[in-house]
Amino acid sequence: MTDQGTPLRPDEPHLLEVDGLEVKFFTQRGTVQAVRGVSFHIDRGETLGLVGESGSGKSVTSQAVLGLVELPGRIVAGDIRWKGRSLIGRANEKYSRSIRGKELAVIFQDPMTSLNPLFTIGTQLTEVLRHHLHMNRGQARERAVELLDMVDISFPRQRVKQYPHEFSGGMRQRVIIAMALACEPELIIADEPTTALDVTIQAQILELLADIQARLGLAVLLITHDLGVVAGLCHRVQVMYAGRLVESAESHDLFVEPGHPYTRGLLRSTPRLDQVQRRLVAIEGSPPDLRHPPSGCPFHPRCELAIDRCHEEMPPTVEFGGRTAACFRAFEQPPPTDPDDAAVPVETHG
Amino acid sequence: MADTVEPLVKVEGLSVHFPVGRVGFWGGQHRYVHAVDGVTFDIFPGETLGLVGESGSGKTTTGRTILRRIDPTSGRIVFRGQDITAVSGEELRRLRRHMQLVFQDPYASLNPRQRVVDIVAEPLVVHGLVKNTAAGRDRVVELLELCGLPADAADRYPHAFSGGQRQRVGIARALALEPDFLVADEPVSALDVSIQAQVVNLLQDLQERLGLTVLFIAHDLSVVRHISDRIAIMYAGVLVEVADKDTIYDSPRHPYTEALLSAVPIPDPALQTHRERIVLTGDAPNPIVPPTGCRFHTRCPYRQQTRCGDEIPALRELSPGHAVACHWAEDIAAGHVTAQTGRLRGPRVTALREPE
Repeated sequence: MTDQGTPLRPDEPHLLEVDGLEVKFFTQRGTVQAVRGVSFHIDRGETLGLVGESGSGKSVTSQAVLGLVELPGRIVAGDIRWKGRSLIGRANEKYSRSIRGKELAVIFQDPMTSLNPLFTIGTQLTEVLRHHLHMNRGQARERAVELLDMVDISFPRQRVKQYPHEFSGGMRQRVIIAMALACEPELIIADEPTTALDVTIQAQILELLADIQARLGLAVLLITHDLGVVAGLCHRVQVMYAGRLVESAESHDLFVEPGHPYTRGLLRSTPRLDQVQRRLVAIEGSPPDLRHPPSGCPFHPRCELAIDRCHEEMPPTVEFGGRTAACFRAFEQPPPTDPDDAAVPVETHG
Repeated sequence: MADTVEPLVKVEGLSVHFPVGRVGFWGGQHRYVHAVDGVTFDIFPGETLGLVGESGSGKTTTGRTILRRIDPTSGRIVFRGQDITAVSGEELRRLRRHMQLVFQDPYASLNPRQRVVDIVAEPLVVHGLVKNTAAGRDRVVELLELCGLPADAADRYPHAFSGGQRQRVGIARALALEPDFLVADEPVSALDVSIQAQVVNLLQDLQERLGLTVLFIAHDLSVVRHISDRIAIMYAGVLVEVADKDTIYDSPRHPYTEALLSAVPIPDPALQTHRERIVLTGDAPNPIVPPTGCRFHTRCPYRQQTRCGDEIPALRELSPGHAVACHWAEDIAAGHVTAQTGRLRGPRVTALREPE
């Protein structure tokens, strides 16, 4: 397996383990099979990227881990274990309450809506500290100032007294990161943390996340649709499509040699700053309706390698030298494209 | 672009200021958002000009002002040799046949209570080319097929379509009047990557077939590089650099362009973890009180004591077709002026395995 991200001791359980997770949403218009049998794990100090397009189930997976799946959604099967102990079910409610928000923290996508506009930054930061760490007012205030300083907010002593509207988008995301760090978590789930931000601000936030992760030795589950963000930040990458985990590999391997046709398609249809292509190679069609997912492999209607078997059977997740892919024809090369369409690498600036 | 070709669209010193209330004891002094300030560029027939900037840079306002959907505060817009800055009434209506807009959000830009045939035929009816929707039906079907939608899409409502298909409907509507000039305002930003590629390919095909001139407004530099012939970069309401796309990407001369390019993540771990990154400090400036001098001087890694803070840099040509608004562009290129801050090298994630 991977050379980092292994447990410190061989007998130690994974930090977070998701095992055969299935989440369904029982809506009036039918049952949406949002997550269908997803298994993965994260170990200490590791950054795992979870990549997928809208509706792929990546966010629902993270919500399930955080216990945020609400009716009409329900976890119908599978288990989520934190340090070997289940977080699911009534019996484990006390345990999961003590973990979520404390050892397991979250950064949401939209810095505009994840802060309460009616309270100062200080109040919102100290709430976490007082609830989970039972600090008194003064201690919490001091810690809040420290936390803002840690995420590079200047004049933290003045800033704690300000309201969210006095902060820009990038600054608010820093505050959210400070809140996530408040209880010294072991894992941060970052759900599209930079999607709402401009590219120069995104660069600042990614730099900050990487720095904090290295400094504090955190594990990070980074959920994103942007393959570029993953490339710069993650040790391992998992790709989701239509509620299924289709591929999992070390970051470098995945980008150099994608094993699943969907991953390959995604990489080819992404225009790159450092390459000139005459035409993008789009994946035809659109993702399936998860109320009625196609039989067999969910990607077969759009797959250029699909064979009869793909229509009938769900391909199992198979291991290929330390990486996995759920495809009968994994690592097979697609038919050659028009040579004119091939990407020409050019010299990159920077 | 050769000098002999007359530009289809000329924008000269365009400024757009929006009033945002008054200040002062008697409330006598207006305050303005300086959305666009003194922007000058040309768009040549048949080309795609990419207009790039972050939120609040004024790129959308510029696009809409060219279409005369927003009135400019000052400056001139010339379309096919005619000054259209002040046209109004029937003349403006006639003008709009030749310039159309594709919107960003395919969910908000189509009326959910109209069938696709009504949506696409509406411009034809409004401009009196057909009497009613029924009469324009054949043309609508033709347009839908041109945009890769089946003929039976005409009788369905927008909710029956995915984001990518809706964007195709929006493009069909924009093409209904056979315009010469299309402003595409972030047409693929709301779409997923695999769908985005489909729409980008469609736009390229259409442009080739119909000889359209396109102003492609976007914040995604990777998409812009792919689709544009030339690129204009905006920052805080001003144009900072214009050049053909390869020049912009290979040898940017404005410090902002350089930083912007280095901030775009590239889906390649080996490259992404080892290339130099310029991380700008701070945020884009307040458009109500823009910085004096160069608008970028508050964040610029190359900021100098003189000129930057008090003298507005003019957009000047460094080489034919490559214009930059920076006092020190030549000195930076020659290495006389160096960056003070913000340059990072080496892997961002230290634990990453080295590629063999």
